[in-house]
Amino acid sequence: MALLEVNNLAIQFGGLRAVDDFDLTIEKGELYGLIGPNGAGKTTVFNLLTGEYKPNEGIIKLDGTNITGKSPIEINKAGIARTFQNIRLFRQLTVLDNVKVGLHNRYHYSTAASILRLPSYYKVEKEMNEKAYELLKVFSLDRDADTTLASNLPYGAQRKLEIARAMATGPKLLLLDEPAAGMNPNETQELMDTISLIRREFGMTILLIEHDMKLVSGICEKLTVLNFGRILTQGATQEVLTNPEVIRAYLGDD
Amino acid sequence: MKERAALIDRTSRNDFVTYGMVLAVFVIVQILSSAGVLTNQLQGLLVPLCVYAIMAVSLNLVVGILGELSIGHAGFMCVGAFVSALFSNQVGDGMPSLLRFVIAILLGGLFAGIFGFLIGVPVLRLNGDYLAIVTLAFGEIIKNIINAIYIGIDGSGLHASLTSANKLVDPESGVILINGPQGITGTPRDSSFLIGIILLLLSLVIALNLTHSRDGRAIMSIRDNHIAAESVGINITKYKLIAFTLSAVIAGFAGALYSHNLATLTATSARFGYNMSIMFLVFVVLGGIGNFRGGIIAAVVLTLIPELLRFLSNYRMLIYAIVLIVMMIISWNPASRAFMEKHKLGSHLFKKNAKAGKEGK
Repeated sequence: MALLEVNNLAIQFGGLRAVDDFDLTIEKGELYGLIGPNGAGKTTVFNLLTGEYKPNEGIIKLDGTNITGKSPIEINKAGIARTFQNIRLFRQLTVLDNVKVGLHNRYHYSTAASILRLPSYYKVEKEMNEKAYELLKVFSLDRDADTTLASNLPYGAQRKLEIARAMATGPKLLLLDEPAAGMNPNETQELMDTISLIRREFGMTILLIEHDMKLVSGICEKLTVLNFGRILTQGATQEVLTNPEVIRAYLGDD
Repeated sequence: MKERAALIDRTSRNDFVTYGMVLAVFVIVQILSSAGVLTNQLQGLLVPLCVYAIMAVSLNLVVGILGELSIGHAGFMCVGAFVSALFSNQVGDGMPSLLRFVIAILLGGLFAGIFGFLIGVPVLRLNGDYLAIVTLAFGEIIKNIINAIYIGIDGSGLHASLTSANKLVDPESGVILINGPQGITGTPRDSSFLIGIILLLLSLVIALNLTHSRDGRAIMSIRDNHIAAESVGINITKYKLIAFTLSAVIAGFAGALYSHNLATLTATSARFGYNMSIMFLVFVVLGGIGNFRGGIIAAVVLTLIPELLRFLSNYRMLIYAIVLIVMMIISWNPASRAFMEKHKLGSHLFKKNAKAGKEGK
């Protein structure tokens, strides 16, 4: 059974069908790319998958359970985590606390326990710290993680922290919205290494939106190309990238 | 391993500096007081100082930690003040005074908390200016209702009227509890500086321990980026309500302390109006948004200055304004923050601001 199955997904904003008749199947462990020209509806697809928008039509199934129309919180709990095109970190929190917010729903103690500092507070906080450091180490962000504010990290590290925070929620599927946007070639290379690392370490299934063709052709196994909210073509990366229709969509009609 | 253990230590060490500061002030005041150095005027200010410091803590929880603007916090204080005063008046001598006061404080906190929760449910869907306007309206409504209502009790139960106290209760057995604009009289004066300091410490423990916990992180994550918070599964409504309600509870404590320091409790604008709410906001902003220690210091300084300058009569408000401006410049100006950071001046007090300043450059 596929990890993510999307059938006939559509959303309408006023008279505009931003996404229409969208199908997608992602198997466990795959690295899947979603590409298309600006305004094609890629981020809208992400917002539909994460519950930010409610679809007008269609079904989204994660690991066999129907998650269509659920709230972002429920969908995150069901196992989809995401990053954002324009980085959305908790800027005034430390690097460590950013990841610990990601761990929020996997570790529990009551409000009373936190105010009264009951033993469960110390026990669970310690577990959370260990888990968070373990995760930060994978992304080599663990240095001074408890004193550095997220807003003081360099750009590339902020992108990585956002991925680490998403990973902290323990997802089955990770959605990356233009992870390489604004990065220089070195940072992009480092990001590609990080993505391969996540797959190796955690066996994570990843769906990413990207414009950087080097990154897409370098790491994605399958691609879906969106144009004007509809699927242009779907398939293995090399076949898709050599498809004349895709080239026309990107480069124009001549 | 060591760094992880150190982490919990560092935040709690910082908190203990705050507790220590409050205790140190208490000890110094006690020494001065027993040495007979304190004037009557200053003695009389001690409890109000605690009230305002607690309000600074309460409002900082909403403004600094939750990141929402509330200018109706005097309303929650008002609820706590009247509920606790009603209770103490009714019980009278039927209980030892300390027990009576403790229960009155808890009741004040409880009812203010209930109001905070009930108002929070619809209002916390709003944010920014809209939330500020609604909380402002709430504070005024509470104050005006209490100012207009007559409540009495007699053999046949509670009676309320909005017109007059005449014929409200059976003249034989009845008692007027709230006499409209004349408010509540005869509340036992149970408040003392010691209890004020204990309440301030209690409020600080609640606020600081909440901030450095799982719930506190969730609340701050909403402040920093609510869309991202939602994307990692944070229940926004729930945590906004937790912060808002706890803040109201603390304001209720302050109200109880306030009402048990007054012979006559009235819901006038000077006591619970929006001017007071804005004054609390000034404490929070000047002390450093999200900095509980700074808020308390600002509350104390800004309460003391107009009183200590009374001998200047009308000029004192002029000086107050100048002090306000100077404090604003010192605590928020990037250059002065860099200066203080460099010379380790007030590094604790302005730590949070200093960080924010660096980022701004």
